[in-house]
Amino acid sequence: MTPKISARDVSVFYGAKQAIDHVSIDVDRDTVLAFIGPSGCGKSTFLRTLNRMNDTVASARVTGEILLDGEDIYASGMDVVQLRARVGMVFQKPNPFPKSIYENVAYGPRIHGLATARADLDALVEQSLLRAGLWDEVKDRLSDSGTALSGGQQQRLCIARAIAVDPEVILMDEPCSALDPIATARIEELIHELKGRYAIVIVTHNMQQAARVSQNTAFFHLGRLVEFGATSDIFTNPREERTRDYITGRYG
Amino acid sequence: MTPLALAIIVFGLALIGWLAARMRAATFRPPGHARFTALPVHYGYFVAICALVPPLVFLAVWSLTAPALVTDTVLATPAAAALPPPGFERASILSEARALGAGRSHGAFHDLAAQLAPAYAAAQTRYDWIATAVALLLAFAGGGLAFTRVRPDFAARTQVERVVMLLLLAASLIAILTTVGIVASLLYESSRFFRIVPIGDFLFGTHWSPQVIDPRDLGASLGAVPLFWGTFFIGAVIAMAVAIPFGLMSAIYLTQYAHAATRAWLKPVIEMLAGVPTVVYGYFAALTVAPAVREVGVALGIANASSESALAAGAVMGIMIIPFVSSMADDSIAAVPAAMRDGSLAMGATPSETIRRVILPAALPGVVGGILLAVSRAIGETMIVVMAASGVATLTANPFASTTTVTKQIVDLLTGEAEFDSAKTLAAFALGLTLFVITLALNVVALSVVKRYREAYE
Amino acid sequence: MNNPRQPTDWTAAAVARRTRRRYAAERRFRLAGLAAVWLSAAFLAWLLASMVWQGTSGFRQTRITLPIDLAAAPLPVTPAQLRGRGADLALAGAGLDALVDRAAVRTLGPGGDALISDGAWLVVRDAIKRDPALLHRRFTIAVPAASAIDVAAKHDGTPAAEAMVATLDARGLLGIGWSGGFLTAADSTDSTRVGIWGALKGSLLTMAVTLALAFPIGVLAALYLEEYAPRNRWTDLIEVSINNLAAVPSIIFGLLGLAVFLGTFHLPRSAPLVGGLTLALMTMPVIVITGRNAIKAVPPSIRDAALAVGASPVQVVFDHVLPLALPGILTGTIIGMARALGETAPLLMIGMRAFIASPPGRLTDPATVLPVQIFLWSDDIDRGFIEKTSAAIIVLLVVLLAMNGIAIYLRNRFETRW
Repeated sequence: MTPKISARDVSVFYGAKQAIDHVSIDVDRDTVLAFIGPSGCGKSTFLRTLNRMNDTVASARVTGEILLDGEDIYASGMDVVQLRARVGMVFQKPNPFPKSIYENVAYGPRIHGLATARADLDALVEQSLLRAGLWDEVKDRLSDSGTALSGGQQQRLCIARAIAVDPEVILMDEPCSALDPIATARIEELIHELKGRYAIVIVTHNMQQAARVSQNTAFFHLGRLVEFGATSDIFTNPREERTRDYITGRYG
Repeated sequence: MTPLALAIIVFGLALIGWLAARMRAATFRPPGHARFTALPVHYGYFVAICALVPPLVFLAVWSLTAPALVTDTVLATPAAAALPPPGFERASILSEARALGAGRSHGAFHDLAAQLAPAYAAAQTRYDWIATAVALLLAFAGGGLAFTRVRPDFAARTQVERVVMLLLLAASLIAILTTVGIVASLLYESSRFFRIVPIGDFLFGTHWSPQVIDPRDLGASLGAVPLFWGTFFIGAVIAMAVAIPFGLMSAIYLTQYAHAATRAWLKPVIEMLAGVPTVVYGYFAALTVAPAVREVGVALGIANASSESALAAGAVMGIMIIPFVSSMADDSIAAVPAAMRDGSLAMGATPSETIRRVILPAALPGVVGGILLAVSRAIGETMIVVMAASGVATLTANPFASTTTVTKQIVDLLTGEAEFDSAKTLAAFALGLTLFVITLALNVVALSVVKRYREAYE
Repeated sequence: MNNPRQPTDWTAAAVARRTRRRYAAERRFRLAGLAAVWLSAAFLAWLLASMVWQGTSGFRQTRITLPIDLAAAPLPVTPAQLRGRGADLALAGAGLDALVDRAAVRTLGPGGDALISDGAWLVVRDAIKRDPALLHRRFTIAVPAASAIDVAAKHDGTPAAEAMVATLDARGLLGIGWSGGFLTAADSTDSTRVGIWGALKGSLLTMAVTLALAFPIGVLAALYLEEYAPRNRWTDLIEVSINNLAAVPSIIFGLLGLAVFLGTFHLPRSAPLVGGLTLALMTMPVIVITGRNAIKAVPPSIRDAALAVGASPVQVVFDHVLPLALPGILTGTIIGMARALGETAPLLMIGMRAFIASPPGRLTDPATVLPVQIFLWSDDIDRGFIEKTSAAIIVLLVVLLAMNGIAIYLRNRFETRW
């Protein structure tokens, strides 16, 4: 089976500073891939190249190629708007829009024109909230502000918002780092439920989390991809010294 | 002695005190390892302050009371018996005599003034000498007493710092004093106005023609509703119709689209619009814009298109307000967390969808607060309407017709040759009070909205 | 979970159409922003260009060359009289103005005295003062033309004046040159004799009073509020007062000046002293607010360091915080002063709109200021005043630009980023 995303020789520069150094990696369909590594190792930067969010930083420059279903997303003909609809993203800090819960989820379908009739939109919102495991908690107060929810609920709202546009890949940038353990467990369950439907890439600095949720793991260090393989192999039998040191807590 | 010479002498005495105290304190030797609580320079400042403050306070009080004392002395002279009863003529004779006595003028219009002039000169000289003597005495006494306290165990620094703190506090209280001064003077003159014109007639009357006032019913021609409407129409409707779209879109373009280099020079250019004096805008509005607006109005078939149209004044005022709206919107947009923008872009929204559907709604309270402040500035703006708007109060919603504003009427009422307490002059203060209350309310509401908005994202 | 939707086909024609529409909306929106910025900038350019266009001729003056024959009709003035201070009086008393008028009639025909400015003889007078030998000579001199001729020579005048200009030009008597008087004279009823020095000097005196009061009071108040003020109701009251004063319409300050400085304290009308006091009250809040921001920008670590070596709170502020904050405070002060310099309305309230034909010498002399002078000239019906108004605006804008330039320079040169 061809990989969903295939990155070849990707380097990222911020001005003169190189943040990512020739990384090649494949993201498989319908699995969870975890990026681990110490702070500042470039795992978040690399994640953001996968849906071209680095475009919003004026000084950022990306070389190499990233293929989504065989199509180079940095090619000149690539439509960033459609790309980001296909490759959704959930951020480190929950960032619901200052709108109602309903409007938060309906935002994507509205701008992409995925549902025109009100009933379709209602169904889509309900389905997305159901998949994000938030429906039962908010179904009676869809018109409340999204910012009034608890942190964990906000993050699930952001996930619902992302899946409402029916993406093919979901990028998660340390989605639990701002949450308490119970909310974190809830998100991890959610990732389990979602993995059959989407390719998920999750950045985390919590190794237990990587071990719990992912099938594949990539270890980044100083902008390089040090080791990449099945999660079970990486955690039980790493090939590289640095990986072993990191997962056993020597540094990080 | 002239006031300047007196001031130089007093400051000179303070300087001498400063030097003397420093020299004396410099001779102190600390016993053992003990440290001084003050340096020689602190003793210097302490003596200088004691020598300076009493005479200066005295002179400040004196300069306010002395003219009255001089006048009283002159009025007590026999020649003053021939003065007419209190009124305009008496005041003008007295001021002429004062000018003659001080040597500021040479020819006398009133004979009586020439007779009184020597008395003025004599009284002035006598009181000047008294003032000089007292001031110098105070300086010597203050400085001398302070100098006797220059001893190693005296905490001069603490004393000096206490004076400095008092000075700082006094400086801050000037702000309250100014506010109190504004409120008190507006209230006082307005209350005199409302004693002769019923407040209801003023606030709700729809006829304004201060040129022709019926002395039996003052209120009938001093109804300010047309002015309020004109002010609102020009400042809050027409000016904002120009300033809001231009200011908001400029802010959006400069913050969201423009390259950093472009923004670096384009933003100051827009802000230069705020640095142009209002009198220049007024001249431009009256000379260039107003005739053009009239042409357009006539071409559109509007019969009463005026060359003093509300549209000309309002549009130019709006342009003046653009940088104000733009910088307030800029601040509000910058306060929206970048995560919101990223969240929207990451879902595949285009930048304009992100701005219109996420950033602007999030920044709305700040933007609205900024617009309220802009309205407050527009309705208080004077020179543009004085030069480009009409003086005739009409209730009209036609932008090509002429309307007048509160500020324009204040200027018109006060720059005539009216007596200071005629109904017209007092009406200006009543208008000023109304303007003050409205702008104050707008500012308070706007500032609290903006403040709450800023706190929401901190 | 319920049955999955069909995956979105991003290559479908409908999706492509919709994307095209969204991008078109994006372009329109972006264009609207660009248009708003450029139209605003274009308006500024239009304003400045029209002032320069109308105003540059205000610095120039039309002159008519006249022969003056003092050899045939010598003035009863001795060269000795020309040396002392009474020279002006002596020449005026000797009937120089009538002589110049006669020369105009002789050269330009009947009514010729109306073609030259009322101040033409002053030019002759100054020439004689410079060179007393002229008293006994025949010489030609270019004197300023009357307003109507001046307007006709530079722009479109009345048909009669235009015809006269054509005649004079054909005879080679007409010339246009730099008008030195515009920068050195004061107001006048004759547009060919007006100058802005009187108003400029009034502005300088007024600004001196404003600066002398607003700067120390503003800085001290800013220091108190930022460094020492306890958090209580009084401090809140001061803060609210300052924030509101900064937003009170300037005309209200004029009413305050009228009621308090003129009405209660009986200070002289139209005086730079009162104007300066009024503008100081208006400028002070601006200085306090910018000053506080500059003080706030000084990092707390500096204060901690000074306190830790045993400095008293007053020493901390005056030895460390104030020097570091001063560039920011100065920038704010210059900006506040620039605003005060351009202010007109409050000064109208306290009577600074008088006709002032000689520059003020003292703070209590009647005076006017540059913006008020512009306002007064803009009201004049004589067409000659239009270019003078614009020329005065150019001078005002140049002064303001220089002040803002200094502020920007100060900020860039001394501002420290912590």
